Amino acid sequence: MSNKMHVKLNVNGEDHEFLAEPRELLIYALREKLNITGPHVGCETSHCGACTVTMNGKSVKSCTVFVAQANGAEVTTIEGLGTPDALHVLQENFKEHHGLQCGFCTPGMITRAAKLLEENPNPTEEDVRFGIAGNICRCTGYQNIVKSILSAASELNASKEAAQ
Amino acid sequence: MKDEITRDERVANLKGMGCSRKRVEDSRFTQGKGNYVDDIKLPGMLHGDFVRSPYAHARVKSINIDAAMALPGVVAVLTAKDLEPLNLHWMPTLAGDKQMVLADGKVLFQGQEVAFVVANDRYIAADAVELVEVDYEELEVIVDPFKSLQSDVVLREDMVAEDGSVPNGAHGPRKHPNHIFTWEAGEEEATNQVIDNAEVVATEEMYYHRTHPCPLETCGSVASMDKVNGKLTLWGTFQAPHVVRTVASLLSGIEEHNIRVVSPDIGGGFGNKVGVYPGYVCSIVASIVTGVPVKWVEDRMENLMSTAFARDYWMKGKISATKDGKITGLHCHVTADHGAFDACADPTKFPAGFMNICTGSYDIPVAYLGVDGVYTNKAPGGVSYRCSFRVTEAVYFIERMIEVLAIELNMDPAELRSINFIKKEQFPYTAALGWEYDSGDYQTAWDKALVAVDYKGLREEQAQRVEDFKAGKTRKVMGIGLSFFTEIVGAGPVKNCDILGMGMFDSCEIRIHPTGSAVARLGTISQGQGHATTFAQILATEIGLSAESITIEEGDTDTAPYGLGTYGSRSTPVAGAAAAMAGRKIRAKAQMIAAYLLEVHDNDVEFDVDRFVVKGSPEQFKTMKEVAYAAYNQAIPGLEPGLEAVSYYDPPNMTYPFGAYVCVMDIDVDTGVPEIRRFYALDDCGTRINPMVIDGQIHGGLTEALAVALGQEIAYDDMGNVKTGTLMDFFLPTAWEVPNYETDFTVTPSPHHPIGAKGVGESPHVGGVPCFSNAVQDAFRPFGNRHTNMPHDHWRIWQTANDLGMHD
Repeated sequence: MSNKMHVKLNVNGEDHEFLAEPRELLIYALREKLNITGPHVGCETSHCGACTVTMNGKSVKSCTVFVAQANGAEVTTIEGLGTPDALHVLQENFKEHHGLQCGFCTPGMITRAAKLLEENPNPTEEDVRFGIAGNICRCTGYQNIVKSILSAASELNASKEAAQ
Repeated sequence: MKDEITRDERVANLKGMGCSRKRVEDSRFTQGKGNYVDDIKLPGMLHGDFVRSPYAHARVKSINIDAAMALPGVVAVLTAKDLEPLNLHWMPTLAGDKQMVLADGKVLFQGQEVAFVVANDRYIAADAVELVEVDYEELEVIVDPFKSLQSDVVLREDMVAEDGSVPNGAHGPRKHPNHIFTWEAGEEEATNQVIDNAEVVATEEMYYHRTHPCPLETCGSVASMDKVNGKLTLWGTFQAPHVVRTVASLLSGIEEHNIRVVSPDIGGGFGNKVGVYPGYVCSIVASIVTGVPVKWVEDRMENLMSTAFARDYWMKGKISATKDGKITGLHCHVTADHGAFDACADPTKFPAGFMNICTGSYDIPVAYLGVDGVYTNKAPGGVSYRCSFRVTEAVYFIERMIEVLAIELNMDPAELRSINFIKKEQFPYTAALGWEYDSGDYQTAWDKALVAVDYKGLREEQAQRVEDFKAGKTRKVMGIGLSFFTEIVGAGPVKNCDILGMGMFDSCEIRIHPTGSAVARLGTISQGQGHATTFAQILATEIGLSAESITIEEGDTDTAPYGLGTYGSRSTPVAGAAAAMAGRKIRAKAQMIAAYLLEVHDNDVEFDVDRFVVKGSPEQFKTMKEVAYAAYNQAIPGLEPGLEAVSYYDPPNMTYPFGAYVCVMDIDVDTGVPEIRRFYALDDCGTRINPMVIDGQIHGGLTEALAVALGQEIAYDDMGNVKTGTLMDFFLPTAWEVPNYETDFTVTPSPHHPIGAKGVGESPHVGGVPCFSNAVQDAFRPFGNRHTNMPHDHWRIWQTANDLGMHD
């Protein structure tokens, strides 16, 4: 198509350049152009949060961001949060506390939770519940997700204290 | 040889049944490395998208695809005319009806599939959908099943003979062109006689609203026809991949061995992914036509508008009792709105599923159930949303009837339940509507629950609250929701349960590797339940190899043995049993190998955790690992090499999990907002395989119950427009609305299941919906409420309070 634009994105620390129609949604650019399939499409209306990524330091629903809006942005997805040998503390805690079932919401949920713990390193249960209210899970009833996030928060704080 | 670790340590090392083993699935899911259908990307793959009907009932006068075809990047636009020569413009449903794949002359519900556009990418496909011109002539719309049975408007002309008469349907005689079936169980005359002469009778009408399973991942498929080899591969969101293969073969004429169906990771199912949808068929046809792979993934609105709904039962009940509360009879009639096509996902002989479990957990001497299925201009379906076939409807019905009877008797509803429970010594118990309950101990579970929540104290608090409300001291009322449920799961015995003629057995195949690890394949498919974790635990205990050394595979019809899939809580009751039985076959052969190695008679060795020991001489043993190696490296007289087994398990009966739930709720009568103060859930699922996974299933099922009871619905206006087609309108609870649940358990093993397990995934939904609803209704009971229909969203609760004069 003739109306394609040149897009630059830094995703998980890696620079990408590609052509895309301005109307293309960030989620499809990530999933189909860059093969970053961790973030999922659940609703395309910003309600479910399965597509949550961090863009320029903020949690966004990548299903309602045009790739044109994201041009030049730094994006972090679940793929940027840990490695198979060194999982992110949230990934460890979701495994430990059965914070997931079908796994479809999990990448968005953990990506959001990681940002939440940066915004508020000492959340109460209420803070966590409010902080992830933009991410829907159909399987777990959230109880173990909340537990996982609170446990990750205290582990992070304990390791910070130990470092000081 | 000296044993270095204790027996308890050996048991712990197995990570077998009963331990909270961490899930093996979670490594890939937490790292974003799940592989769902929309993650599948094949070279040259095209994208399909549907033109859908904006009308609920209309003639399709013409379809013009010229403008769409002219758009660069569009490869094909399929309509019914293109499918007709292949005889694929209609397809059979699981309920014995048929359904249009693409609109054949008319449309019968809003969102119905009219044409299928195939293009180079999803954006071009979506653009082309807008360019297809369809000329409709609107017809009168019927969204009310009662009006439908009175109407002259014929919805399904294909279901009426040329002379205007109404031929029999798949389930017998039909009374009207828009009538689908009448299904009956029990003794109507005897029931009426008891009720007519009873000391106390309570009657109630209730509507169990239409809703939708709405898994977070929508439905989709990728079809790839390899014309060189004549092989079709179909990836998709299938809860029953093997059945899909059989259906695909019957529909397409491609021999079954040339079709490979794969269910990759599935992002939740809850019943939504049991049926066969037009999108699957169209992706197959499009791949055959174009010769390249074609992907179809629906969006959320398409999912809510067109794929299988759940419930939509209009239930009318009569229950009779003696003055002191002993129930004497139960009568139930249901008008079931099935939408435009009867696409219920039930075993063939059960057009209303297991609705005849509606006598619940109670010893009711005589009962009758009649169900009339009706066509309307709504989406087809009628799936079991997180429950066994129509069991949620049945349990809601009886648990509301109990509450209404308690009002009639002026009796405490907990006491009324106690008086009528099937007693422990009555099991196996044959209910008035025919089912044989395998085992139960209801009173023990109920007493445990009531003590745990201090039921007496709660009632005292509630009485005080009523006083305070009347005195103007508070605007919040308090409800105590009770429910006691019995599920019927694990379909089922092949003798009475089949889907499209396929008996509802399930299967497991195990292959032990020489170094003492194993792969096991089953006919089921996990959609988040954690089968890769829990089936390995069953096998670990049965064969004595660590669960960590056992890979579980499901969902690929080229490798897994035939099975009927995962829904109706049937995985553990049926495939779990197959796993145990296959494991026992492995063990039987392993015992012979061990005896040979130990140079004793077969009967002189016995299995102990992870090894075979010589009886009376525990220092003489061979571990299962050693036996596995020997199976491949020794020539053992009279035995074939190798160590493999397969079991196809036909369960002798269903299993009957049960549970006791209590919900405590405070409701602000001025805003209609309910606050769940406490939710206690006691489940008895028989033998417990993984307590962590069980608790997770219960939390999730209760949350889906909360959703349905407190707001989630598929609503239509009079024109047949879907009013709840997005997640803005369709209620999915967030972490903010959901409470923490307290879980508890008793263990009453199933006597006929090899490991005594009963299944648990759906119990919390089945028991949870009436519990949440009863809590709302109980809060208003002291103010004159008898019954109000779900969903109890804020507006409806406010309305209930208003109707009772509580805003005056």
